[in-house]
Amino acid sequence: MDKKKLLIPFALIIPVLAFSQDANTIDTGNTAWVLISTALVMFMTVPALGLFYGGLVKRKNVLNILMQSFISLALISILWVVVGYSLAFSKTSLLGGFIGDFKWMFLTGVGSLPSDVYAVTIPHSTFMIYQAMFAVITPALIIGAFAERMKFSSFLAFITAWFFLVYVPVTHWVWSVDGFLAKLGAVDFAGGIVVHVTAGIASLVVAIMIGKRSNLRPTPPHNLTYTMIGAAMLWFGWFGFNAGSALGANGLASNAFIVTNTSASMATLVWLALDWIFNKKPTMLGSATGAIAGLASITPAAGFVGIGGAMIIGAISSLVCYYMVVIVKNKLGYDDALDAFGVHGVGGIIGSIGVGIFANPSIQSGYKGLIYGDGKLLLNQFIAVGIVILYTLLVTVIIYKVIDLLLGVRVDVKTEAIGLDMTQHNERGYTVIE
Amino acid sequence: MKMIMAIIQPYRLEEVKDALYSIDINLITVSEVLGHGRQKGVTEVYRGVRENGNLLRKIRLDIAVNDEFVEPAIQAIIKGAKTGELGDGKIFVYDLKECVRIRTEERGSIAIG
Repeated sequence: MDKKKLLIPFALIIPVLAFSQDANTIDTGNTAWVLISTALVMFMTVPALGLFYGGLVKRKNVLNILMQSFISLALISILWVVVGYSLAFSKTSLLGGFIGDFKWMFLTGVGSLPSDVYAVTIPHSTFMIYQAMFAVITPALIIGAFAERMKFSSFLAFITAWFFLVYVPVTHWVWSVDGFLAKLGAVDFAGGIVVHVTAGIASLVVAIMIGKRSNLRPTPPHNLTYTMIGAAMLWFGWFGFNAGSALGANGLASNAFIVTNTSASMATLVWLALDWIFNKKPTMLGSATGAIAGLASITPAAGFVGIGGAMIIGAISSLVCYYMVVIVKNKLGYDDALDAFGVHGVGGIIGSIGVGIFANPSIQSGYKGLIYGDGKLLLNQFIAVGIVILYTLLVTVIIYKVIDLLLGVRVDVKTEAIGLDMTQHNERGYTVIE
Repeated sequence: MKMIMAIIQPYRLEEVKDALYSIDINLITVSEVLGHGRQKGVTEVYRGVRENGNLLRKIRLDIAVNDEFVEPAIQAIIKGAKTGELGDGKIFVYDLKECVRIRTEERGSIAIG
């Protein structure tokens, strides 16, 4: 992963950072910032994503959505420390460039000393737990695609299988020192490819394969207040996601923080304008959706572009995501219930390609986009995004098929009509009188 | 003129609405209510504590109709709400003395439709 390899040269190049300690000794400021960022990214999954999605579903399914996010946190956290981190990040590999090995299982050797290859100024364990929260949120994003119609047991099987077969290998390709896409020269600052492209493509696949929700008469979101609170919390958490990915309390983190905020703001305003023009009213749901599109699309680019690039990426993301969600989705007729693909997937693709165009060498030297006269990064980004899309598509189809054969993915019509809260959890989100 | 009041399972509401629309009954009032019949509700478990006899969530429909629509409306509600299981609900029909459309001050049969 380039951002990590970059930390040493970066510290040497930027005079401001010259006072920071030698490589491989712990910098307390950096460590503090990454630990806080870890908590911020955790906050994105629960409650932020749960509320964002939960407000959009019918109220008979709200607990199911919150549960899915919550259990993603618990389940993936365990898988990550037991074996996931080792498979994703170990320097040695079972299959060169494609998947790590079991050397760091149960965090053997992942302790309070810095790693020699990742984030050399913070404890290796800090880097590990920061990465854990990315692993948690990625499967949780897919919840939006199959909302209101997946069995809870199959959900657990799905995210477990998907975590091992898609998230872990793709992370290894893009972010580990051994990864073949990292060696190719593709960049992904904070997870545009690893998180948003994989989750987005998986969402599209699952939405198509599981089929539409029955009784798909447009029901209004049951609580848009939750959705707005969730969107705002996602925006807040995203500072940890993007600025934390600098893996240090430094100027690069500050740049990522600023461009994240800028892209989200721009995307919000553009979606607002589109709503106003095409639907006659500026809507809250539209504004919140635009913000998420802007955040997803700036993610891979946050460490490479300035505010100009951020504004363009944010604006384009809203334009394209709006087109995907409002026009293409309805034309093609797949039911990506909460637009996990239309917003996260498409936003991630836009940003991942956009970094190849707008990467500004004055932010990180050596990373030059097309508009600064170098097309090589753009080509690498295209290759990386293309490979990850194809791989995710294929493997998600297989995982879905197998789980459908073994467990059945979808609930029956009556269960769906009664709602997943009562049928899957025997609880209700709200009472009427009591 | 009759007033039809029906208590149905919430998850059958869409089917009942469709059945009513198909016979041109479009004026309905829907409310969410709690109650239980002979089976005295379901058992829910909260943090390991079983709670018996909870009131069940039901949907109440109130539909004012002219006499010739009574039987079709009853049939439509049955068609939409019947599953054959406990808790399908009940339909009550009673006489309606007067009906006034506020906007025009029309009264009686003409004001219902």
